[in-house]
Order: sequence, then structure tokens, then C-alpha cells
Amino acid sequence: MIVIEWLLLIFLIVCAIAVSISNNLLNSIIIFMSYSLVMAVIWVLLRSPDLAITEAAVGAGVTSVLFFLALRKIGQMGHKDDGENEGGRR
Amino acid sequence: MNEELRNIWTQFFNWVMGNGPRPENEVIPPEPPPALPFTQKPEDKYSRFHEATLKERYNQWLELHGLHIFSSLYSGLSVLTCIVIVCLLLATVAELPPFGHERNPANNEVIRRYVQYGWHETGAQNIVAGLILDYRAFDTFGESSVLFTAACSVLMILSATRSNKPDKKSPLMRHHVFRKDDAILQGIASLSIPVILMMGCVVVINGHLSPGGGFSGGAILSTALILAANAYGFERVHEFFSERTFIVSSSTALMIYALSKGYSFFTGANHLHSIIPKGTVGDILSAGLILPLDICVGLIVAGTLYGFYALFSEGEM
Repeated sequence: MIVIEWLLLIFLIVCAIAVSISNNLLNSIIIFMSYSLVMAVIWVLLRSPDLAITEAAVGAGVTSVLFFLALRKIGQMGHKDDGENEGGRR
Repeated sequence: MNEELRNIWTQFFNWVMGNGPRPENEVIPPEPPPALPFTQKPEDKYSRFHEATLKERYNQWLELHGLHIFSSLYSGLSVLTCIVIVCLLLATVAELPPFGHERNPANNEVIRRYVQYGWHETGAQNIVAGLILDYRAFDTFGESSVLFTAACSVLMILSATRSNKPDKKSPLMRHHVFRKDDAILQGIASLSIPVILMMGCVVVINGHLSPGGGFSGGAILSTALILAANAYGFERVHEFFSERTFIVSSSTALMIYALSKGYSFFTGANHLHSIIPKGTVGDILSAGLILPLDICVGLIVAGTLYGFYALFSEGEM
């Protein structure tokens, strides 16, 4: 169990560093999602399942969706849409 | 000695002000400047042997290299600031009491009281739910109000920008590209949306029995709504969850919450004796007001999070 905890913690630190140094914003958000997921597992290991549920729902779910939305708004994502819809969408 | 010093000083002054030694083959200008004592500033535009003054040289050098030096200084300082903050935070973490130790300051009489009498006083099997919706219900009321206020401000700001453009359904406004033929997304959504909705309802309704509660259950419900909006389009979701539904449900939930817990304003954050029976610990219908308050918070959170998504994506709900 201790080994799993240490693995998760190391993964957490690696994720946290990778989010900040990743060049692609989409990659950053996906890494952030995995960070939240691992954090939820760690909350369970720390015996606070309430926080784990909230972290999984808000951190990995809603926040990431809002980030994806922001990416689409600033035009870092969805370049395919422009081509398919006669370029009039943006 | 004094003469030499004065000479050196004059040379230095001339160098700084840009008056170099006169060249040998100098042509006297038509209107030569009057000879100035060295305390008076020479007029630059008349001196034909004008060199760049020290200030001008500095400005030129700054134009050439300033941005580079500023950016390197900036990145160096930002790295330094990051390192300092990280060290401070690590030092603070090192000073924290060990995790789960029984002599920690968090383990005081308050937590002992909650753990010992929580079941008896709130009737909730999940002590966390009893804590945030019974002992600290007034705080949770404030949090729900903050969420609702944030949603209202987003609604107001985005509605104001929307009303400037009369053609609100114009293709330029519609960033969301809805494809009706996305079979994979629709198939997965039709399978998973009922499960997610059930999960959210279970988490909300069992808030006083099992981990979870209003906030997390509401977030799960809102993800189901967002998935439905992505798979079937906002129009389909709009049929049963429109802006009006959101306003009505959130306001009603907040009003119920305020009526049931707002009395703390007048009693000085003290409890009143509740006449609602606590019921048997572990039943669904137990724990007094916690179940309805959980449902209220869940409604507010689900509506608010879906509202954020719909407003940012479509500009309307």
C-alpha cells in the first residue's frame, strides 16, 4: 500500500510539473485531468471519500470541460471546424 | 595641480556633453557659436564637431539592447521568485504537524464533540454531511449564494454582450458546431447519461448516509447535462432545462435554504431547537433538514455549472 501511495505521489508531482512545461495547451489540460484523477485516488487513501467524489466530479470533469471550452473560444482547438463549415464560423 | 585638475575636468565634461576636440581641417561655420565658459551648456545644433552625448549614447544602447536585457532580467527574476516561493511553501509544509497525529491542534474538543454526538444531534450517518449541513449550515448557505451570484453575473455580462447583436443566431455567434450524425458520441451518451444521472441522484439523496452530498452530486448531474448538450445539441436540453428553469429552480432552492437556515442571522449563529424528528440513523428519511437542504444545494450546483458551460459556449442557456 505504501508503494502505491508513493507511486501516486510521484505521478502527482510529475503531472504538476508537466502541466506547466507542456507547450501544447490541450496536452496541459489532459495532464491536469489526470492530475485530478490521481488526486481523487489519494483522497480516498487519505480516508476522505467526500473530497474524492468532489475532486473527481469538479476537478476532472467540469473544470476540464470549461478549459476545453476556453481553448475553443481562443481558437487553439477545433481548426477542423473552420474547414468543414465554409470558414464562416469564426 | 589645480590647473591640471581643471583641465581634466573640462575634458571629461566635454566628453560627456559631446564636445570632442576640434578636428584639424575644420571649416568655420557661417555663424560660429560664441565661446562659452564651461559652466554654460553649448548649443548642440551649432557645434559641427558634435559627438553623441553620454545620454544619447545610453539611449541608443538602450534601444539596441534594452529589450533583450529586460527579457533576460525578467525571466531571471521570475525564476528567482518561483524558487523563493517554492522554498517558502516547502518550509511551511515542513513546519506542519504530522498527518493524522493525535496531538495535532485540529484534534480539539470541537472535533471530539462532532464525532461523539454527531449521530445523536444531527441524525446523519455521514458526519461530514451533518457537519456542513447542520452544524455549519449557515456557511454552506453562503457558499451556495456565492455560486448563484457568480452564475447571475455571468448571465448578466454575457446577456449584455448578446443584446448588442440583434441577430443572435447568426453563424458568427454560434461557435458550437453541432453535428447530428455523430453516432459514436450519441451512442455513448445514450448509454451513459442515465447512469450518470442515477449516480448524481444517489449521491445527492444519500448525502446524509454515504460520502458525497449536494455539491458533488450536483456537479455529477451537471456533467450529465453537459454531455447531453454536446451529444444532442443545446436545443434538446433547452426543452427541459432552459434559462427560466434554471432561474426558478435555483431561486426556489436558495429561498428554501434561506428560510430554513437564515434564522442564524437573528439568533447570532446559534441553533434553534428543531421540531423535525430525526428519525432512525441510517434511513433515507432521517436527519431532519439535511436531505432537503442537500437536494437544494444539488439543484443550485447542477444548474450553475451547466449554466456556466452553456453561457460560455452558446451565449445563452
